[in-house]
Amino acid sequence: MNYPLVARGVYVTARKDMRIYYRKAPVFIFGLILPTFLFLAFFVGRSLDIHTYFPGFLAMSLFFTASSVGPLIIPWEKQQGTFERLLTLPVNIPILVLGDTLAGAGFGLIITLIVFTVGALFLPLAIPIGMILALPLFFIVGNVCFASLGVLLSSPAGRVPANIMMLAALVRFPLIFISGIFVPLSQLTGSALAVTLFSPLTYLVDGLNGSMGGTAIMPLWLDLLVLLGFTLAFLLVASWTLERRALRGL
Amino acid sequence: MQAVVAEDLVKAFGQTKAVNGMSFYVEEGEFFGLLGPNGAGKTTTIRMLTGVMRPDSGRIRILGMDIRKSPLEIKQRVGVIPEVGNVYPDLTGKENLVLMGRFYGIPAREREERADRLLQELGLAERSDDFVKSYSKGMRQRISIGCAMIHEPPLLFLDEPTEGLDVQSRRMITEKVKQMNRKGSTILLTTHNIEEASRMCQRVCIINKGRVVVTDSPERLRSTFEGLRSIEVAFDKKVDCSLFSSESCVARAEEAGDKVRIYTADPDEAIERIIAIKEKKGLKIISMATLGPSLEDVFVKLTEGKK
Repeated sequence: MNYPLVARGVYVTARKDMRIYYRKAPVFIFGLILPTFLFLAFFVGRSLDIHTYFPGFLAMSLFFTASSVGPLIIPWEKQQGTFERLLTLPVNIPILVLGDTLAGAGFGLIITLIVFTVGALFLPLAIPIGMILALPLFFIVGNVCFASLGVLLSSPAGRVPANIMMLAALVRFPLIFISGIFVPLSQLTGSALAVTLFSPLTYLVDGLNGSMGGTAIMPLWLDLLVLLGFTLAFLLVASWTLERRALRGL
Repeated sequence: MQAVVAEDLVKAFGQTKAVNGMSFYVEEGEFFGLLGPNGAGKTTTIRMLTGVMRPDSGRIRILGMDIRKSPLEIKQRVGVIPEVGNVYPDLTGKENLVLMGRFYGIPAREREERADRLLQELGLAERSDDFVKSYSKGMRQRISIGCAMIHEPPLLFLDEPTEGLDVQSRRMITEKVKQMNRKGSTILLTTHNIEEASRMCQRVCIINKGRVVVTDSPERLRSTFEGLRSIEVAFDKKVDCSLFSSESCVARAEEAGDKVRIYTADPDEAIERIIAIKEKKGLKIISMATLGPSLEDVFVKLTEGKK
């Protein structure tokens, strides 16, 4: 494999996506406005301990923002007729998938850092010294993981971005209810806990809980490993699906 | 060296074979045309040759490299103007060119210089900082051409590049592509504009139903079909073509604008019959010309034969 060509392709694709898609309305609606409303709907008027729920809400905002760019890119490119041009450039489908993932992760990371900073300003967060490295690691791995999920959601897509954004919302909404955001993982037992283990978001919520001095139900290295496993699976399935579609015609 | 070698290419979509055992080659520096009616397999062939789509079977060598083994290296050295390959409407004309320059790894200063030069040559310098979404179709296609040329590729694929464009854009694009060819680039053009292919291409490959029908120079193809000679006559009044088609020396007669085009294997006898009919019907001849077979005639004859 020609690694310099691959690295350049991933970088230029991500840069192009950042320049074009960060400013699109669906990214703001599904990536920023929706999680904000969810947060307000859950919190306003209830006497909940913000310290207990903050890692979960941080994970939710990361999840929504990181996975909001990916579903838009490929359908948009197909609709504009730029997808075929991209494939004639020195890139291939796995390179495009990686580039789109990187762009989604970048957007997620920016918003995550803003939410975290605002949280840290208003809440006296007590992050253990030993977790100083774990937290950024979860931010990065979490963003890459859910950005790749966003790309995966768009991979069987046609040419209508709105349809895919709807489909993406349908997949993302159930995940936030089964991942320990609204009910702390440490309070779940039996089949409820078993269901949460199928959601990749659970491992981010647990990892952030542990990194921010809360109670984690699994070792942090295991949370990270599972997130990396999900990332790899999302990337492979997205590439495979897009390749299959390309074989059948663009 | 041969710039493009396609051997026994097959590509099916479900039960339909879009390309069915196609083989041809393009010499380095050649201007080569791929001609065929709609659905002949031109776009599928271009997509396979440019690495956008994988053939079900067959071999492709581009600039001496196997496309299965070195797809990225090949794409790095070719320029493509895809049939539906648009440019980014949310970027300016210059940003589109610079973006393509980045994909090809052209250093920053050089890609800026090349983008400015191309914008000048394509007549878009004054609109270079406007978003492409405000461009006309012809201007977008000119930017698209620029995107395919920014890395000065030794091989250029063009899939119906002038389809539906205004005269000015068509001429500008044709001239730019010819200029690339004069500088040594190999050009592979698909079109169903036969006159364009006839004017520009050194050899044409006529395809139909996913197969090669014939490959030769436009002139040699014309001479092979000398039997398709015709006489084009303009009369002072509108004339029914059936007046001529009943003559034994006339293969067929059809309207061609305000003229009648009479196909014949024996122009001498046909002219005599035309004169006889003119006198009998009291007509006046405004103009008359004998024509050799056009590439269009050859194309129709060859593709009809395969139906």
